[in-house]
Amino acid sequence: MLTDSVSRSTSLTFVQGFRDCLPTLFGYISVGIAFGIVGTASHLSILEITLLSASVYAGAAQFAICALLLAGSPLSAIVFSAFIINLRNFLLSATLAPHFTKESFLHNIGVGILMTDESFGVAATKLKQFGSLSAHWMHGLNLTAYLFWNLSCIVGAVSGQWISDPEAWGLDFALPAMFLGLLFLQLEHVPSAKWKLYATLILCMIAAMLGLSLLLPTHISVILATVIVASLGVVLDK
Amino acid sequence: MSMNSTVLAVIALSALVTVIPRILPFILVRNLRLPDAVMKWLSFVPVCILTALVIENMLMQEQSRLSIDWPVLLILLPTAIIAYKYRSLSMTVVSGVLLMAIYRNIL
Repeated sequence: MLTDSVSRSTSLTFVQGFRDCLPTLFGYISVGIAFGIVGTASHLSILEITLLSASVYAGAAQFAICALLLAGSPLSAIVFSAFIINLRNFLLSATLAPHFTKESFLHNIGVGILMTDESFGVAATKLKQFGSLSAHWMHGLNLTAYLFWNLSCIVGAVSGQWISDPEAWGLDFALPAMFLGLLFLQLEHVPSAKWKLYATLILCMIAAMLGLSLLLPTHISVILATVIVASLGVVLDK
Repeated sequence: MSMNSTVLAVIALSALVTVIPRILPFILVRNLRLPDAVMKWLSFVPVCILTALVIENMLMQEQSRLSIDWPVLLILLPTAIIAYKYRSLSMTVVSGVLLMAIYRNIL
């Protein structure tokens, strides 16, 4: 599992997509197990946990759904929360979609349907290194992630009968650590002429996230701050 | 093995509202060529959204009160050094989780 960061290999095959997924697997496994445990603690059955992770397939939303179900929230409120939390996927898909326009319609749906923050991060890094993406490579990446996410959720759901506190194992920290690692991989490919621009954008993102989160739920701040600061990037970049 | 019908409805509808933002851009973009300014805007999205997700994870919001999750911020610092030094995702995540487990159990 301790392979190097996103591979520099020049092929965009299914197998290469699988290989490029390997460095992210520990993150999926940790968070998946943590989710299974939380699901069990929220009185969901193993079957319900499996269905949730296989069909919603979104870490943050799955945790929120469990918490809201446990709190007895109405159906409409739970579904609306899931929608808002995953709305950022629109930005992720919009960023990658222009690179798949030559592929078939079904391939495009397949690539979009399994989009995650992590697979997006890996694909965006690949794009910066390689200049293009392929549907087969993306399927290798996405299906590997999907398989391990679901297996880990099930393992967590089963072990939830013995473990009640995934936080004591540090498992919840896999998510911020993964995002931080993906951010560093992105920055590695920034040309030196643009370091100042990117440093400015990151500082603006931090300020925007803190400011907006005072007024709005954090998952809405994520979308708004990104839209505002990416626009600032277009203005500042000559 | 049990299935509650409310839970089943929550799962089905949540899956539907999650899949729409994921696939909609792929359907829309096929039929139009995006202007260069939009492509440039999209090129800033990865760094922006990944920064946002790191920050979101160190914030805590309870009843619209915002506070900083200090343990997460504290452990993110050595994790950042490891991320910078080794340029490896698995190395970054494994050491981050280990450091957090040590922090919560020993300190």
